[in-house]
Amino acid sequence: MRLFGPFIPSLAMMLLASSSAGAQGVLIDKSEIRFLSRQMGVNVEGRFRKWKANVDFRPKDLAKSKAELEIDLGSIDLASEESETEIRRPRWFDTAKYPVATFQSTGMKDLGGERYEIAGTLTMKGTARDEIIPIEIKKDAAGNSVATGQFTIKRLEFKIGDGQWADPSVVADEVVVRVRMVLPRAG
Amino acid sequence: MMQARYTSTARALHWLATLLIFCGFGLGLFMTGLEFSPAKFRYYAWHKWIGITVFLLTAARLAWRAGHPAPPLPPAMPAWQVRASRVSHAALYALMLAIPLSGWIYSSSTGVSVVYLGLVALPDLVAKDRDTAKILLILHRTLNYTLAAVVSVHVAAALKHHFVDRDGVLARMLPGR
Repeated sequence: MRLFGPFIPSLAMMLLASSSAGAQGVLIDKSEIRFLSRQMGVNVEGRFRKWKANVDFRPKDLAKSKAELEIDLGSIDLASEESETEIRRPRWFDTAKYPVATFQSTGMKDLGGERYEIAGTLTMKGTARDEIIPIEIKKDAAGNSVATGQFTIKRLEFKIGDGQWADPSVVADEVVVRVRMVLPRAG
Repeated sequence: MMQARYTSTARALHWLATLLIFCGFGLGLFMTGLEFSPAKFRYYAWHKWIGITVFLLTAARLAWRAGHPAPPLPPAMPAWQVRASRVSHAALYALMLAIPLSGWIYSSSTGVSVVYLGLVALPDLVAKDRDTAKILLILHRTLNYTLAAVVSVHVAAALKHHFVDRDGVLARMLPGR
């Protein structure tokens, strides 16, 4: 058992990969969902510590490809614990009522040169909006596919930061979301 | 007795720094206790801008002072007082540089860059790290309370020179002709 232990994950990965024509699943530890928000003229970066992804990416069969994300909004990593506590409150994410944000792809487009466009629905705080995420795919040293992309959402469309916080001169309306997904090598 | 005074530039810079330091210090005490609000965000930004301005003013004052030495102290002043004056002035200058720097590093460690006046992005001095931030905040606070103590001595000494010794030391720095 000890001898074969290390081989088991790679074996499982090979089996998984061979069952589809493309990359499946996401290497969560190597992947990240970050965002940039502009506060008083300062770009402040944050990220989500916990999220789940179900990605089935088939470059040759985009119609059968899909990308689903579920982000635990309470797992947000911000500048301070004080701001993390604040953002869970009703006027921001309201995590008690809306613990997760989801993205569900509805279609993918090949733009050529390892660039793609993923259209999908982003649902946050009870509001669903169609978004388009442009991504670029590169291979890393281990042969995994690394998909990176960024898109801009408007927080006020999702009523995130309501009332006194609606003033975009303090916290800008636009939030840049940066996604990096590492998909295990296929076969 | 008529005494040589500081140049009008040195005096202007001194009183401008005084004003900014009191505003920055007061704002710092006030803003940290506030509830999370847009106003708090604004005050933090202003506090940082004031700090960076104090740093720049201090650098300018040191440069000016290098070419325009301080007027002499009264010959009757005891040697220990002259020494104390040298040490406390050196401490004031050091703190006026160290405090804004410590605030800037602290801000970097929380992952929030300093953008001076909302226009000039200053580089992050350290990487974001929560434990580092806790230590740097204590450092920033301690340096500020040290400054408050040295400023109290500075003011007390100035008043003693003016009202007790009547030796014109304070007049060297007072505004006006």
